[in-house]
Amino acid sequence: MFEYAWLIPVFPFLAFALITAFGRRLPGQGAYVAIGAMTLSALWSLGILARGTEGAHFEANTVVATLLNRPLEVGYTIDGLTAVMLFVVTVVGTLIFVYSIGYMHGDPRVPRFFAYMSLFAGSMLTLVLANNFLLLYVGWELVGLCSYLLIGFWYERPAAARASMKAFVTTRIGDFFMFLGILLLFLYIGSLNFGAIFGAVDGGAFGGPMLLLAAVLLFGGAVGKSAQVPLHVWLPDAMEGPTPVSALIHAATMVAAGVYLVARTYTLFFGSPGHEALTVVAYIGGITALMAALIGIVQDDIKRVMAYSTISQLGYMMMGLGVLGFTAGMFHLMTHAFFKALLFLAAGSVIHAMHTNDIKQMGGLAKAMPVTYWTMLAGSLALAGIPPFAGFWSKDAILLEAFRHNTLLFVLGELGAFITAFYIFRMIFYTFPGTTRDPHAHPHESPRVMTVPLIILAVFATLIGFAGAEFYHSPFTRYVAFEGIPEPVFDPTVALLSTAVAGAGIFAAAAVYRWRWISSAALKQAAGPLYTALVRKFYWDEFYQATVVGGTLWMARQLRNFDLYVIDGAVNAIGAVFVWFARLYRVFDLYVIDGAVNLIGWAAKAAGGVLRYMQTGRAENYLLVIAFGAILLVMFGVIR
Amino acid sequence: MTVGLTHYLVLSTLLFCLGLFGVLTRRNVVAILMGIELMLNAANINLVAFNRYIAPGAVAGQTFALVIITLAACEAAVGLALVMAAYRTLETIHVDEIDVMKW
Amino acid sequence: MGELAAFIILALVTLIPAVVVVTSKNIVRSALSLIPTFLGVTGIYILLSAEFVAGIQVLIYAGAITVLILFVIMLTEGGTGVRVRQVNEQVPLGATAAVWLGFLILLVIFRTTWPVTGAGPPEYSAATIGTAFLTDYVVVFEVTSLVLLVSLIGATIIARRED
Repeated sequence: MFEYAWLIPVFPFLAFALITAFGRRLPGQGAYVAIGAMTLSALWSLGILARGTEGAHFEANTVVATLLNRPLEVGYTIDGLTAVMLFVVTVVGTLIFVYSIGYMHGDPRVPRFFAYMSLFAGSMLTLVLANNFLLLYVGWELVGLCSYLLIGFWYERPAAARASMKAFVTTRIGDFFMFLGILLLFLYIGSLNFGAIFGAVDGGAFGGPMLLLAAVLLFGGAVGKSAQVPLHVWLPDAMEGPTPVSALIHAATMVAAGVYLVARTYTLFFGSPGHEALTVVAYIGGITALMAALIGIVQDDIKRVMAYSTISQLGYMMMGLGVLGFTAGMFHLMTHAFFKALLFLAAGSVIHAMHTNDIKQMGGLAKAMPVTYWTMLAGSLALAGIPPFAGFWSKDAILLEAFRHNTLLFVLGELGAFITAFYIFRMIFYTFPGTTRDPHAHPHESPRVMTVPLIILAVFATLIGFAGAEFYHSPFTRYVAFEGIPEPVFDPTVALLSTAVAGAGIFAAAAVYRWRWISSAALKQAAGPLYTALVRKFYWDEFYQATVVGGTLWMARQLRNFDLYVIDGAVNAIGAVFVWFARLYRVFDLYVIDGAVNLIGWAAKAAGGVLRYMQTGRAENYLLVIAFGAILLVMFGVIR
Repeated sequence: MTVGLTHYLVLSTLLFCLGLFGVLTRRNVVAILMGIELMLNAANINLVAFNRYIAPGAVAGQTFALVIITLAACEAAVGLALVMAAYRTLETIHVDEIDVMKW
Repeated sequence: MGELAAFIILALVTLIPAVVVVTSKNIVRSALSLIPTFLGVTGIYILLSAEFVAGIQVLIYAGAITVLILFVIMLTEGGTGVRVRQVNEQVPLGATAAVWLGFLILLVIFRTTWPVTGAGPPEYSAATIGTAFLTDYVVVFEVTSLVLLVSLIGATIIARRED
């Protein structure tokens, strides 16, 4: 079971290769091959999960190269954390693949879609299985690539092309810091293997400010990949991709990779002096959670509501990990994967039926699409955190840890929970009750290939909470726990408070959007500048455009000018110098050399002109010469 | 004052120079020959004067002068014959018009 | 005294017509001016006690040569009386040469001290000259006669008509 576990990512990779090579000739244009591979991986993952790995740890390694006399290895590890992640990725992935058959029906590039999705699945599984930073980084970059390819899947749309570029560049910034962190570890510890590194930290060989720096740098990558503030700006734009992509990559799995990274390398964070690294993580998570939730209130695009919700929930996960809620944060990752995937797929079903993303155009879908309605309701209740749905148990666990360790973050978290409930039920009340606002729409329920995964996910969203609930020694705690942290203890007071807050949020949403006791327009007026700031997403995009984008373009322009005027100018100047020399030589050649030659000719002519008088043919001239000659002789005689 | 040698020499010099001037400046061939005659006469005066004043006992000077007169006559004869012959062919007796050998 | 006056008169008689010879626009006039020139020279000879030479001078120069020149003038273009330019373009240079030469010779004349003997005019006679020709200068005499012969024949041949 464990010895060949490295095959788990190989199945999707094989599917990718097959679909790329044969594509349309495969059954279902490659869909069934992809699903088949994912199912195999899912079954294997379930098998690993079933085996149970309480404290057990399996590892295998091979050396591939050496750098600076230190070995570079690849290998994989299986422990509780791995087992849970494998389970989540493969099960959710399989369900989403099945859903995609219906959603992507009629698209001209179906094989490419499933090829990319399979590649993504294989990369994500590699990332999860990796036991060293090298392989982890490989998987990390590959999932980033797949994200880029899939966001820009409909590349004819300029918005999609821009969004995929934005996603890639923004996560790249995070990846850069992560790479620095990895390099730091490699140089100081001499190995990229997790075991070796964690051993060095535990043994005290590596610590202090360097460890803090390394941990924070690694967290940089997580900030990018998991869309935390300030690198969150790519995730809302990533909604340009097809809905299954949004569900799988930007809700359930890839964005969770950042959380997974922090969890996997928790030793580094925990080992930093005074848990300072964890404090950074927690605060960033908390701020993200609240800020994204606020922005989610004013979104009209159904997928954007989900996107900001995802950012907010990822913030909660980070916050959970940061306040020493190791188990809580990972638990929320698992539950969120199920209910967020459910919400996205249901939203896709709605979009499919209404041919629009705008919730203000919808309404009355409860009667037209009952399965979609009930499953989406289940997902929303899970998100809001109402017991007994899964989201309640995981979110409450986080809030519990926050209550214990950091009161400020606890307050922020409860506030965020209120707002979460508010925005998600705002969406529900706009979309389902009443009558359809768009007169041209004829919504109908989606085909079974789409609704069956919804139902399965809804079941998970409802029940999976009990797997990790804290009021008993739950199985989840057995799988995912960190040595230095005591097991969480259930507190009913906090649980009650959380439920009340969530209920209040739903009530407030109903008051404004369902029963219309307060009109949303009046709220908008009252909020005034806050409303504007929310609609403008707290001006993050404008800020980046002005500074980073503008700065890069300015730099490019300066370099272009330098190239054009200085370098080209220098080259042209040299050329001009040579041209000047050539002209000078031309003058020289023309006047001096030609002049000398002409001079000789002129001299000959002049001499001839003079000498021809010696022979005039006239006797009197000759007589004159004789006379002068005689005179000359006489003169000589006289003078002598 | 008595007439000395120098008087005759000056006379002959002047005559010679006039003759030279005539030779160099006249267009007519016969005029040139006349100039030549003048020069010869000047030389004769010289010879006879020298004979009279420096060597009066001998007659060398006078003999030489006689020979010169004779030869001048011969030369004038031949020269003028040439002028005649040339005039027949060239149709001119002006030396500045005779500057090619052919016609 | 009288000799000086005679000399001056004779010099003038020689030189002035000589000027006419070389400058006259009328070729016949310049030819005829030769006669007084030659006669003047004759006078000079007589003054120098060279009677025989004087006589020969008159005979040959003033007689034969002048006539010959006049004959040729008449037989050629000059005799037509047409007024043409008689001097060529070398006048300034020619004058310069003549003057310069004259100056140089005069310079020499007045610089040298001539070994003049103070003897009086000797007795010359034709007999003396004749004797000299046939004794001391007989070769010259013979050659001269030969030259005369040759020039006689030559001139005849040259000047005759070709038809």
